[in-house]
Amino acid sequence: MKVSEIQQLIDGRILCGEELTDYSVEVAFASDLMSDVLTLKSDHVLLITGLSNMQIIRTAEMSDIHCVILARNKKASQEMIDLARENGQVLIECQYSVFKTCGLLFQAGVKPIF
Amino acid sequence: MNQDSQSMHFEYNVEGGNFSRAGYASSEIKKLLKQLNVDMGIIKRTVVGCYEAEVNVVAHAYTGTIYVDLNTESITIRFQDEGPGIPDIDQAMVEGFSTASSKVREMGFGAGMGLPNIKKNADQMKISSIVGKGTTLEITMLLQ
Ligand SMILES: Nc1ncnc2c1ncn2[C@@H]1O[C@H](COP(=O)(O)OP(=O)(O)O)[C@@H](O)[C@H]1O
Ligand SMILES: [Mg+2]
Repeated sequence: MKVSEIQQLIDGRILCGEELTDYSVEVAFASDLMSDVLTLKSDHVLLITGLSNMQIIRTAEMSDIHCVILARNKKASQEMIDLARENGQVLIECQYSVFKTCGLLFQAGVKPIF
Repeated sequence: MNQDSQSMHFEYNVEGGNFSRAGYASSEIKKLLKQLNVDMGIIKRTVVGCYEAEVNVVAHAYTGTIYVDLNTESITIRFQDEGPGIPDIDQAMVEGFSTASSKVREMGFGAGMGLPNIKKNADQMKISSIVGKGTTLEITMLLQ
């Protein structure tokens, strides 16, 4: 699923990486535990999280994750947006709960990793 | 940076307690390995371990230095910190064991998964610690 479709589906706000709206993800993972994200072996994963801090962006960077959704109406700091932009990542804010965000994406065909 | 045709050496400082900067060194190391055209799979295993180890220095120690040594055969990364040390290393290696503060957990760490995951990702891992002085963790990645 393309970033542009994800954004529409979850009524999200793209904070950076607008130029990557054609970037496509097949699988997603939701967690507030970054140590958990760091155990994933897959590449090109979409990350959905209910947290908002610098470590989300760093974790995505180390894990080769190029698209991150901050659910629960969490707001990204300017520092996070700047780093995500520098890393070439798409960062999306979304008002829905983690459950609803995942539900919508799952229903539309985004696959779980396991 | 020291460089000759055989080997390279880099150092990075890590500030205990500074969560907004945690991961900066790992990010620099990732950029470096990419520039050197290291295999993508090896880069990922290296930086995932590196980042958990850097977060450990930030989360559990006062200050630290990361020493990176690279040659055509391997990458060795040593995380040397001044901090409280680890009284029981076997216990610290058990998945789920953690003494992390709530601040660390708010950042998405502190589940006791860091050291086990570093061990899984590294080709070799050594850890030694003196209580009241600090901890040294060394990981080696084989390039061939
Ligand atoms: N550099 C360090 N200095 C002091 N203690 C450490 C250090 N690294 C790890 N530890 C100890 O080992 C435990 C387990 O570490 P880890 O597996 O990374 O889990 P976490 O950091 O999530 O607690 C920590 O909670 C801490 O007690
Ligand atoms: Mg840790």
